[in-house]
Amino acid sequence: MKTTRRDLLKRSAAVATLMGGIGLLPETAQAAWNAGAFEAKTLADALKALGNGAPAESKDVTMTGPDIAENGAVVPVACACALPGVKRLMIFVEKNPSALTALFDVTDAVEANFSTRVKMGQSSNVSAVAVMADGKVLFAHKEIKVTLGGCGG
Amino acid sequence: MADPMRIRAQAAGDKTTVRVLMSHEMETGQRKDSSGKVIPAWHITEVSASLNGKPVMSAQWGPAVSKNPFLQFTVKGAKAGDKIAITWLDNKGDKRTDEASVT
Repeated sequence: MKTTRRDLLKRSAAVATLMGGIGLLPETAQAAWNAGAFEAKTLADALKALGNGAPAESKDVTMTGPDIAENGAVVPVACACALPGVKRLMIFVEKNPSALTALFDVTDAVEANFSTRVKMGQSSNVSAVAVMADGKVLFAHKEIKVTLGGCGG
Repeated sequence: MADPMRIRAQAAGDKTTVRVLMSHEMETGQRKDSSGKVIPAWHITEVSASLNGKPVMSAQWGPAVSKNPFLQFTVKGAKAGDKIAITWLDNKGDKRTDEASVT
């Protein structure tokens, strides 16, 4: 049988998955980090990789950040959810090479309110997604414009 | 070993605001160096926080968190003198833990 390039690629992908599965690859050696979700290109794909359903827009989730960011390398953003029973909060920058930026697992001892600074390649919608204890997925988004030249908008 | 984190935990009533500044390159794996080679990704993947040894928060980060990451969150029920410890782990397996008391 002739081995085509396509076959070979398929096989090496299968081997890589196998190796990943038993923890041979360094990327997947860290148990908790969900590589699949962080490699997903879009919000929907990342949510699928995490096993969550489609999100619904909600007023109780807030995404805060500047309207215009002068420096895309450091954009201060904050996500919060006012409802009780939040399990997980995530920040997505939709036009970045991989949308999922940060994921916070919330316990009862902390408030569902996190601030951090993210990188943005270009002007984009930034979304906060909250996963509730009952499995509901809520989101809010905000558009942040990035002026890469840094000369103000 | 990476530089120490700067942690400040300030109590106001029942709530304690924790601010953390970590020292990390956070290389995305998208950039190229002057000879055109891709600089491999090197970023923090996991962050966890504990209050007096009890875990309160954990996070997973992608490469899109800024260089020298800043993180702010609020812990309920911490008192002055309580210990907040923050640990991060990067994709090269390096890790660092630092501790601060609530003021």
